[in-house]
Amino acid sequence: MVHVSATPVLALRGVSKRFGAVQALTDVELEVHAGEVVALVGDNGAGKSTLVKTIAGVHPIDEGAIEWDGKAVTINKPHDAQNLGIATVYQDLALCDNIDVVGNLYLGREIRKRGVLDEVEMERRSRELLDTLSIRIPSVRIPIASLSGGQRQVVAIARSMLGEPKLVILDEPTAALGVEQTAQVLDLVERLRERGHAVILISHNMADVKAVADKVAVLRLGRNNGVFEVKSTSQEEIISAITGATDNAVTRRAARTTGEVQK
Amino acid sequence: MSIDKTSTPADESAVENPEAASAAVTVVDPRLLVREQGFAGYLGEFKRKMKSGDLGSIPVVVGLVVIWLIFQSLNSNFLTAGNLSDMSVAMVGTGMIAVGIVFVLLLGEIDLSVGSVSGVAGAVFAVLAVNQGMNEWLAFVLAILTGTVAGALHGFFFAKIGVPAFAVTLAGLLFWNGFMLQVLGDNGTINLDSEGVVAKLTSYYFSDVAAAYGLAVVVTAGYFLSAYFGNRRREAVGVPSRPLSEIIARTVLLAVLAFAVAIVFNQYKGLPLAVLIFVLVLLLTDFVLRRTAYGRKVFALGGSVEASRRAGINVTAVRISVFAISGTFAALGGLFIASKIASANQGAGAGDLLMNAIAAAVIGGTSLFGGRGRTWNALLGVMVIISIQYGLALQGVASPVQYMITGGVLLVTVVIDAVTRKTQKTAGRA
Repeated sequence: MVHVSATPVLALRGVSKRFGAVQALTDVELEVHAGEVVALVGDNGAGKSTLVKTIAGVHPIDEGAIEWDGKAVTINKPHDAQNLGIATVYQDLALCDNIDVVGNLYLGREIRKRGVLDEVEMERRSRELLDTLSIRIPSVRIPIASLSGGQRQVVAIARSMLGEPKLVILDEPTAALGVEQTAQVLDLVERLRERGHAVILISHNMADVKAVADKVAVLRLGRNNGVFEVKSTSQEEIISAITGATDNAVTRRAARTTGEVQK
Repeated sequence: MSIDKTSTPADESAVENPEAASAAVTVVDPRLLVREQGFAGYLGEFKRKMKSGDLGSIPVVVGLVVIWLIFQSLNSNFLTAGNLSDMSVAMVGTGMIAVGIVFVLLLGEIDLSVGSVSGVAGAVFAVLAVNQGMNEWLAFVLAILTGTVAGALHGFFFAKIGVPAFAVTLAGLLFWNGFMLQVLGDNGTINLDSEGVVAKLTSYYFSDVAAAYGLAVVVTAGYFLSAYFGNRRREAVGVPSRPLSEIIARTVLLAVLAFAVAIVFNQYKGLPLAVLIFVLVLLLTDFVLRRTAYGRKVFALGGSVEASRRAGINVTAVRISVFAISGTFAALGGLFIASKIASANQGAGAGDLLMNAIAAAVIGGTSLFGGRGRTWNALLGVMVIISIQYGLALQGVASPVQYMITGGVLLVTVVIDAVTRKTQKTAGRA
């Protein structure tokens, strides 16, 4: 694994999480740097969602440490994560169908002028934001219901960008999207990286992972099963790490890599 | 609809921006909504909305015109200044209650208690002001607050305890009706002072013709100025604005309507106080719903509770407040109804009042499924209902037939709602 000299934006050190009798996460390590897209992959039940929820503050961790910009922090509630600069876009996008794009972008953090909604300013800033992210939608004044799945996804991601987060977590942003729409979302992920955001991308789609991710972190049964450089790793290697199919060079290498991280 | 991601970011500004659109028309994705310049563009947009089932208030306005024409042809007294003036005073009580119902419907919930709560308000006022001899204004405020508290209680059981709003307010319907009978005591009927605050609500008319015309001028000018300066600001920061011709057309339409109404009022006794209050309430509630963060929260909850929660909206607080608003307007409506008959009696809040208030909100165009509607819908809907009541009464038709016809109109409205929703779904706008 290539060592990046800069301090990671987010680092998980030996994170464990239990739900009753279920050990969902065991000694998980993860590092994300600014301007880096880390894909988080693993089979169903591997602990991807749980890991993301610990970072987002939905489930506090039981053991281990979370470091933010090199300093130890505790994330106990979603608010803590937001205050640090972590934005999460969940699979169900949590947009209001009946409200227009501007209203959804600013939902819960409306710009007010003398207590009244400043629609003009919100619309101006929305267009600016969508422009900088090169997001193209028919109009910022039509209800979300009129948008396609891909357009809703990019609106949800754009919404997460309003607070200028340092880390954006995308939970399966391309699931259930068509070919062209997937490409739009992947373009947007690349733009986030160019703008210096750290991105954690959860995906089942190896093609997407290969297309935009810099590193792939594999989880298997709640444990690390290797962190790979995307450029120098074949899809087969990643898949065998996900499935744990054979005890081969890949898994041995994975074990080695995990050991390195723990040091 | 989809995005052409190969186009350059530069033509993003072309979307909805007439000037840039005409300049960059070859680059713009033809699937994007580009509005043509000027008034033609406005007409085009209007036609597109119609086709996609975005009918807005058009069906109810058409329906109202048809109803008026039918009753006028049956009895030439229907469209006289006196009858129209009486109707507009009579509709205020039910209309106020319907305004509260619009708030609740926006959440996608229902409040069945408003009829009983309105009766309680009348009874509380009568007992305090007439029997106890309390200051009328104080009794008035206390009566309204009774409604607020009752609504907040319903909201508490719905939002905090998680009982379905239907069940809570059904219990409220029974409880508050019993409470009203208890408050009224054995007499059953308490007559109000005919010169008192509440009686004046519906009996006072501004006999000076300047009042009605003044209101028309203020409303029209206020609309024009806010639209004009709002537009100027939009132009200044470079977001799409409406063509001036559209603003002028809308203002002229509003002016014609406002002055027609003013002329009708002035031919009779002048501007009724009740109508003035109702218009102020509608302006205020519409402003709150569409221009404040609180209103945005109400709409958001009607769209998606989960999205609202994640956006940091205090779902419980908004829900309780909406039911409190519903209770408040129910009480206010109850006082107008008590004022109309100048008494508080055991029959108050019973009968078809609840159904009329809900029907008014729905007929006016408020969606039963939450997230869509305006308080002006209450005005349109209650006009339809009162027109039918008065028109049939002029014909000497008994109330059984009135109920059936009102029910039929409600059914037609809900059918239109359901059909347009289907059209909207296929046009991707539901």
